[in-house]
Amino acid sequence: MGALGHFIERAGVPTAQISLIREQTAAIRPPRALWVPFMLGRPFGAPNEPDFQRRVLRALLALFEQSVGPVLEDFPEDAPGTSTDDGAFACPVSFARPEADSGDPANALKREIAQLRPWYDLAVKRRGRTTFGISGMSVDDAADYAVSYLGTAPKTAAAPGLSAGVALKRVCDDLKAYYYEAVAAQPGNLSPSAIEHWFWHETVAARVFFGIQQACKDSADPSLRPQPFGPLSLVPRTIYYTMVKSNGPE
Amino acid sequence: MARLSDFPEWEQRHHLDKIRDLPDFGETPFVTGPALNRRRVAIVTTSGIHLRSDRPFEIGSADYRIIPGDTPPSDLVMSHTSVNFDRSGFQEDMNVVFPLGRLRELEADGVIGSVADFHYAFMGASPIRTLEPKAGELAGLLKKDQVDAVLLTPV
Repeated sequence: MGALGHFIERAGVPTAQISLIREQTAAIRPPRALWVPFMLGRPFGAPNEPDFQRRVLRALLALFEQSVGPVLEDFPEDAPGTSTDDGAFACPVSFARPEADSGDPANALKREIAQLRPWYDLAVKRRGRTTFGISGMSVDDAADYAVSYLGTAPKTAAAPGLSAGVALKRVCDDLKAYYYEAVAAQPGNLSPSAIEHWFWHETVAARVFFGIQQACKDSADPSLRPQPFGPLSLVPRTIYYTMVKSNGPE
Repeated sequence: MARLSDFPEWEQRHHLDKIRDLPDFGETPFVTGPALNRRRVAIVTTSGIHLRSDRPFEIGSADYRIIPGDTPPSDLVMSHTSVNFDRSGFQEDMNVVFPLGRLRELEADGVIGSVADFHYAFMGASPIRTLEPKAGELAGLLKKDQVDAVLLTPV
């Protein structure tokens, strides 16, 4: 991020950036930066907190009023809801879980998707939007596509020029978006940690993701070879270190 | 929490390794401008968001996507290739990543001069130096839009 500040300002346009990892920003020394103590993915703190977001934005804009740089300032407030986001958290309701490894993961995944559908539809209605859709498939087709990688006849990218790895990654990102949006509509105002914990510990979808990584690890197609931090990265580092590397998936 | 000290040791190491591998950017440029209430503001994000109808980002994408200023939230999706940041916030409210709604409010209140006609998105997982050519091109477009305040927002 800080590099863009150098590149754009060098061309004559003033910039001010949000910094999420202060140490990196301090090393890059961009023209103007506001470090915020928020989780990665939330540079303006918290969703549906317009007053708080406005305070962050005004603090960022205020950096343009400084006459000498580089400037690196710290935003003094934590994001709303942060204190309840650590440690114990409310868990989503657990559905009767279809077993992914009972021999028919496609059906297990589709049953789970069907169980979540009313919540997903409610989320779309309430929010007036969905972030599902980068694969260009319906959620059921995305499920079939993902599960095909657990068998002997993995599907191939429909679009010309798209590698199998990129197509599969988009399918998995779409499935995850569907799950995250659906469960967030459930009662309890779930924290990001609760949603992540539920997805990776409780769902058939996560077991399918783990299965894909395992099935593709020796693939002849480099785009499909999963690496924790590489091309077909499906599992977050947090989950990789806490579940996979130490014990294997639950 | 994005205090490095709050992360587990292996996560701290990952972020500190990135610092070790940084290129030298040389002297920091610093361009001054008019008072804030006369500035025209654009957002350039590295969050990998784009119009639903646009091309998703891929591993190593070093180009940008155009986000017109009148884009409704329902037209925005995210295809960042990293899985190591929260997406539930953006799914709930685009302003937590791309504060176009908040910026319009500050424009209406006279805090800033105006909001640019176009905003832009990169995908931040790409190697830093690969973004430089397109960033230079982008600066030319921002100037044409009379922008004199760019907000850079990561995820």
